[in-house]
This record gives sequence, structure tokens and C-alpha cells, in this order.
Amino acid sequence: MITKEDVEHIGWLARIDVSEQETADFMEKLNSVLEYFGQLDELPTEDVAPTYHVAEIYNVFREDIVEESLPQEVVLENTEDKQNGTFKVPKIG
Amino acid sequence: MVYENPDGVRIGLEIHVQLNKLKTKMFCGCSSDYHDAAPNTHTCPICLGLPGALPVLNKKAVEAAIKIGLALEGEIAEETQFHRKNYFYPDLPKGFQITQYDFPIVSNGKVVIEGEDGEHVVGITRAHMEEDPGKLAHIGSIEKSKGVLIDYNRSGMPLIETVTEPDMRSPKEARRFLDKFRNILEYLDVFDGNLEGAMRVDANVSVHWGTRVEVKNISSHKGVERALLYEIMRQKNVIRRGGEVIQETRHFDEGRGVTLSMRTKEEAEDYRYFREPDLMPMHVIDWIPAIKETLPELPDAKRARFMEQYGITDMHARSLTSKIMLADFYESVCAKGVDPKLAATWTADVFLGELNYRDLAISSYDGKRIRFIHAKDPKIKNSFKVSDMVELVNLFAEGKISDRAAVEVIRTMLDTSEEKTPFQIIEEKDLFKAEDDLVTKAVAEAIAENGAAVQDYLGGMEKSLNFLVGQVMKKTQGTADAKTARELIVKKLNG
Repeated sequence: MITKEDVEHIGWLARIDVSEQETADFMEKLNSVLEYFGQLDELPTEDVAPTYHVAEIYNVFREDIVEESLPQEVVLENTEDKQNGTFKVPKIG
Repeated sequence: MVYENPDGVRIGLEIHVQLNKLKTKMFCGCSSDYHDAAPNTHTCPICLGLPGALPVLNKKAVEAAIKIGLALEGEIAEETQFHRKNYFYPDLPKGFQITQYDFPIVSNGKVVIEGEDGEHVVGITRAHMEEDPGKLAHIGSIEKSKGVLIDYNRSGMPLIETVTEPDMRSPKEARRFLDKFRNILEYLDVFDGNLEGAMRVDANVSVHWGTRVEVKNISSHKGVERALLYEIMRQKNVIRRGGEVIQETRHFDEGRGVTLSMRTKEEAEDYRYFREPDLMPMHVIDWIPAIKETLPELPDAKRARFMEQYGITDMHARSLTSKIMLADFYESVCAKGVDPKLAATWTADVFLGELNYRDLAISSYDGKRIRFIHAKDPKIKNSFKVSDMVELVNLFAEGKISDRAAVEVIRTMLDTSEEKTPFQIIEEKDLFKAEDDLVTKAVAEAIAENGAAVQDYLGGMEKSLNFLVGQVMKKTQGTADAKTARELIVKKLNG
């Protein structure tokens, strides 16, 4: 059961301001999602290994070969604020 | 003798090293050679964390991790995989760091160091792969920062994080551990410790077996000892005043040599680790035999061989093998038929001592020439040839130059970048050993001119002999052999 405090905490972790009204709204929606998935708990899964990937693939690698990087102006194209080739962002507290 | 650890100090380390010998980053093909590059010129959608970008693991990074695991005598996991460590901070634009969590590639290793009371084993809890975050520069000081500038060139660099058991009992042991650890990585050729930011250390430290404090931001292996000495003193003072050490994270201010409380919000860490769905798990234990084949002779084995093969002391062997490049240099010198014991003295004691005195760090060795750069100012660099050392040691062995002259040659060669051989320097500076009659004459003069010192010596003051030897050296402009001069004086005075 997701509480009001849980929603606030999740909001804080993502640095998103969640209003009083939204908190109530999210609480209800998140709980309904959880409840829906909770139906899976009814299945007997004691003897089933957890699946983390739908495909049973192992060992996907690339060789250590240099590929071209993006030009600096393209990298910074979509940022609001930049300075001497860097991204400029507010201080994170 | 057993070290009693009077303050009950326990130190554990977490060491991040960049696998900076790889050509590319951990999950993308961006070049790892970014150190002199303009900001944000070595990035792509993957290391910028743009939506939809798919990371693919660098095979060489896994091989390097296994190499390190084997060298640390650890276990390599049968199945290993990546997790997402979620946190909100602009050094990682994705909002999470790709790292390993409950299935690290390496666990249960060890490193044997020269401890306070002889050989001491430091346990390695685990070593895992992860990506380096980008680099932040605060505008103004970190406390009063008005904003942050971000360069993502470093973002996605392959890192190995190694966590030790709290087995170190003093700052000295912590430094020795780091020296050894760094040395092993350089032997494995996976790491260049001279590059800025190549190694970063966090330390856990407690006194009187009490609460541990984490000290972050120790950027140099030399800083570790200072940071820990300070922090141990601080904790002891807290206890002496009747206070209690609180569990917290402190930041090491390298400039001031102090640790400062970070005063962050007392929120419990909540990284919400979960498996990285974009990366497939790995089964790599069948790579082990092939990788084992590529493992070089490691420092301890090399040290034992040097003592056996060249008949040198443990101290010389230890010092020569403390850097793979120095060890190789020494072996090249010996291969030219130079007396290995003399070569060890001149390489380990004099040459290395003069390098350390000048803050010069060995940076490369190509089989002929060893190069070094200044630890703080990479613009200052110089080199020294195998053939120079061979010539110098041989001239000394043949009695053509005094030990003082040989030291002078090494100093001259380190302080100037002219391409001169030792022989040329000796000629220019007129350092060839004075003829015996010149020394005899200087001895006679020194005795005649310093009656008081002579009386003191004859009266039993051994120190006065040093003074007389000094006078002889002065008269011969340092070309006399100090040992010969001493013998001549003693002979003359004792009739």
C-alpha cells in the first residue's frame, strides 16, 4: 500500500514538486497499478526462477574500437544555458 | 614484533580506478583520450544519457576486470550483471549510474602489504565495474556555489571500484596498500596512474573500534595518509573531550589538509537498485584460462626473482619492483653486463631518490629510455637512457669516478634536458677521480692546516675525521674518493 509519504518521498527523489492534490491523485493511481499487478501474486511461482530479460541472451559485447563522437555544438544544441563549452545548471542542494 | 594498534584504528578503502588504457568508454565508442580535450567533445547519445540510447559493454573492460580479479587472488563470478543505481545529480544525466550490485564480477581477494609489523594481508571484499560520472565544476566554492558547469567527456569512462575490508591499522598501511594496488594495476597494463583523476579514494575510518566515518574526495594516493592522519586525530580529540564520534560523511579539503562535515540532508540513501534491462547478464568464467595466460609476473613474484637472480637485497628488490617501468629499466641495465648489485644501488637508491626529491614520476619506458614527468606540472619532463646508466655504473665500478661524481652526473642529467652522455658531463665538469698523488697532497695539506681538528681526532673525537675528509674533498673539488681520503688520513695520523 502506497502512502501519502511514499508519494512525497518518490517526488523528492526525482526532484519533482508534487502538490497536495497531485499527491492524493498519484496515491490512488499508483495503488491501483500495484493492486493490478498484485494479481500475479496469486500464481504459484516458488519453483520458477525470476526472469529479468525476455530473451535468454548472454554476453553481448562490443570491441574496444573508437567511434566518432558528436561535435560540441550539437551536444549543447538543446541546452538552455551553457558556458565555454559546458552545460550550465543551477546548484543542486 | 606485533603491532599493537594503540588507538584501535581500522581503515577500509573504496578505490575507483579508471581503466584508462582502454581506447573507448565503457558502453560506447567515444574515445577515452579526453584529458586535454575541450569540454563535451568526447560524448555521444549513450554517454550523454539521451533517451533511447542503448549501451553496449566494452569487452576489453570485462577482460581487464577479470585480470584485476585474478591478480587480487579473488573469485570471478559465474554469472555477473549490471544494475542501475538511481540518484538525481547532474554528473549523470540519465538519472542513474550503471554499476554492479549484488553480483560483482570479483569477490574475496587479497593484497599482501608491508605492514606495521611485517607482511600484512588486506582483504578485498569485492571489485566491480561501473561507469564514471561527468565532471562538475562549481562556480565559486562548493559551499557557496552559484551554479555548476558540466563536462561529460569523463561520463561513461570504465571504472573498477574496489572495496577492501577494514584491515588497515594506520594511515601508513593505507598508503602502502594504495601504492601496492596501483603498482599491481600498472603491471597489468590496465591503468595509467599519472593521468588526472585516474584514481579516487574514499576511506572508512574508526578509532577504538568505534563508529566509522567516511572520508570522501581523496584524489591522490599521497593525500590518503594526510586525510587519515587528520581524521584519526579529530576522532581521538572528540573522544578525549568526552564526546562521541558520529557516523557521517566528511569531505577532505586537500588544500587545507582537513576533513569537513558535508552537512547533507540526513536522508537515508535510497538508490532503488534494479537490474539494468539494457544490458545482458554475462557468463565469462570460461575466459579465465586464456586471461590467466596473459597475466604478467606480478610485483611479489618479480621481487623474489630479482633477489634470487641478481643477488640483491630485499630492500633494493622491493624498491625496483615498486614500478614496472623501473623494474624493466633495471633489467635492461643488468642485461648489458653491469654488476647487478651496483646497478641496484645506483638505480634504486640514487636515481629513484633523486627522482622523488624532484617530484618526478616515471611515465613510460620503451626498452631504451625511461621517461618521467613532474607530479604537479606535466610540462616538466625529462628522460634517462639505459645506456647512460650502464656507462655511469661502469665508470664507477672501474674506479674512474668517485661516488660523489656519479651522483653529480645523475643530478646534472635530471636537471638539464641536454642530450649528453655521462662521459661528456664528467669531462666538462672535470669529475674524473683525482690522481692518487693529488689526493695524498690534499690530505697532507688538510692535516697541516687544521691542527685543532687533528688534535680533536687524536683525542678521540671521531667527528673531526669527517671534517678533515670534507677539507680533502673541498681541495680536490669533490673528485677524490671519500673512502680513500678517509683511509689516507687515518693512516697518516695513526702513523
